[in-house]
Amino acid sequence: MTTTIENPTPPVEVRQTGQPGKAPRGRTLTILLWPIRHWSVVVAGAVLVVAVLWALVPGWFAHSDPTAIGATDKLLPPSSAHWFGTDRLGRDQYTRVVHGARASLSGSVVAVALGVAVGSVFGALAGWFGRWIDAIVMRLIDVVLSIPGFLLAITIVVVLGYGILQAAAAVGLTSSAAFARLIRSEVLRAKASQYVEAAVASGARSSTVLLRHVVPNSLGPTLSLVTIQFGIAIIWIASLSFLGLGAQPPSPEWGRLVADGRNFMASEPYLVVYPALTVAAVVLAGNRLARHFAERQKR
Amino acid sequence: MARYVLKRLMHTVLVLWAAYTLAFILLTALPGNAISNLINNPQNQLTPEDGKLLKAFYGLDHPVVVQYVRALDALLHGNLGYSLSSGVKVSDLLGDALPGTLRLTALGFVLGAVIAAGVGVGGSYARWNWLRTLLRSFPALAASVPSFVIGILILYYFSFQLHLIPAVDDGTFLALVGPAVTLGVMISAPLSQVFSASIAATRRQPFVHVLHARGAGERYIFGRGVLRNSSLPVLTMLGLAVGELIAGSVVTEAVFARNGIGQITLNAVNTQDLPVVQGVVLVATAGYVLVNLVVDVVHPLIDPRIRADILAARSKRTKRSTGSTPTGPGVDEAMSPRLPEEVAAR
Repeated sequence: MTTTIENPTPPVEVRQTGQPGKAPRGRTLTILLWPIRHWSVVVAGAVLVVAVLWALVPGWFAHSDPTAIGATDKLLPPSSAHWFGTDRLGRDQYTRVVHGARASLSGSVVAVALGVAVGSVFGALAGWFGRWIDAIVMRLIDVVLSIPGFLLAITIVVVLGYGILQAAAAVGLTSSAAFARLIRSEVLRAKASQYVEAAVASGARSSTVLLRHVVPNSLGPTLSLVTIQFGIAIIWIASLSFLGLGAQPPSPEWGRLVADGRNFMASEPYLVVYPALTVAAVVLAGNRLARHFAERQKR
Repeated sequence: MARYVLKRLMHTVLVLWAAYTLAFILLTALPGNAISNLINNPQNQLTPEDGKLLKAFYGLDHPVVVQYVRALDALLHGNLGYSLSSGVKVSDLLGDALPGTLRLTALGFVLGAVIAAGVGVGGSYARWNWLRTLLRSFPALAASVPSFVIGILILYYFSFQLHLIPAVDDGTFLALVGPAVTLGVMISAPLSQVFSASIAATRRQPFVHVLHARGAGERYIFGRGVLRNSSLPVLTMLGLAVGELIAGSVVTEAVFARNGIGQITLNAVNTQDLPVVQGVVLVATAGYVLVNLVVDVVHPLIDPRIRADILAARSKRTKRSTGSTPTGPGVDEAMSPRLPEEVAAR
């Protein structure tokens, strides 16, 4: 708090430039310096781009087959031939991590999409129609949120069965309650606004008002929850797979890879460490970008 | 005040009943269960009569509604049913596993709170800029690393490399440290984030400026004003963290191969032992909701503003606009601490 008094700006600086308080710097320089000032955002973006490319075109990064068994190459330490080493069946771990991106990332996309879809249906219904629909939906949300989330996801997995899609659906359904609550409050906010009142007064139909006015205005906060939910979905799906409730072998999902490598941790720790660090890096990058966009939105 | 507590208590009971019903509906949608798996397994060589007998024993030959009413009736008598795979009472099964899990979660809770307090205070007041920056980046980092990764790294370095803690649960306190630190780091992420944000918000308030202007020291202001004012959102967050602790113990117990509720849950899921899954959901939800009930009741006790709000709401008999979740102390939106979305999303 005391720093404001400690650094009085010399009066000379104010006269130097037209913009008070800002250093005299060209526009080009500001743009050139942007990646240096926001280096963490740049790194996060690069990590995400690589992860997405892994998921879309794994062949560019890893040339071998993720399920190809090499009888002579079992449990090799990391080397130039096998960057992350090989597992107990002689499969190249780096290739498996690269190919695992597809399961992990598409799983979280499915989970978030499902969460938003279910959440917005319930949230919009409750917010728009109010009365008993609102009461019922809100009670339902209360109940879903009162069950510890990950446990609810496990319960849904019991119903749906094992598999990456099922795990994604379980995570998505669990998160839909949070989406529904947010979207309901956004719809309520929009409903109380003058532009909706004007639209209703000028005779617009319910569906038109909802789609043309309410939905676009509720999008911003929802998008910021979406970006956060992506990271949570990746973690939860990986955790479910780690517990053996998600992706099934031989699918190289990240959580699965960690679980498989766990038995060799004393002698071959690299089998666990690389996939584990990959999950952490991707989620960290995702959260960093999410925070960056949230900060930009605020300004 | 008594009326407020009673109202919250009734709400809690209702939520528990609804959660149990939801789990029941979810799980009866299932095509298979442990009994039909047992009957259909050709290795057991059961005749159709044996199958009928088994189903009758577990009451599975009745319509779903009858099953539900019976389960609810048994529940009210403290009976959670019988495990389909082992025939043991579910309440006994959970009762045996609960102490271990409770010890783990309790220590994890304490560690999480201590880490969060350190990060929150240090991130705001540490003398060196680099330390503040480092501590401030902690919540985002801890929230991004899955708990099984934290657990495995702890296991690897402290068990396999340094031999400081035992790799398997041998009943000692040391064996508890690894999993408890894993849980603690996991829940300290949202806690420290809320605490830091809350301290920063409080320090911008006029009364802090006034205290500064009158020459009070930073330490005095923190102890007298900032700490108490910024700990309220953390209290709410502590209640929410319990849910994460319960869920996190499933993963942590799997990583450290500990006996407990988590292991029972996984076994029940793998064998489709529905009464056990349902029992776990009920017990976990009960714990979560009850802790949040306590938080809700403690809130007005320590914050006179909320107390006044409850009294005002009662005298005016105004209907509250938003339904209260287990998280919200029954106060106005503007009054209650606003949680960052990253946290509210959980």
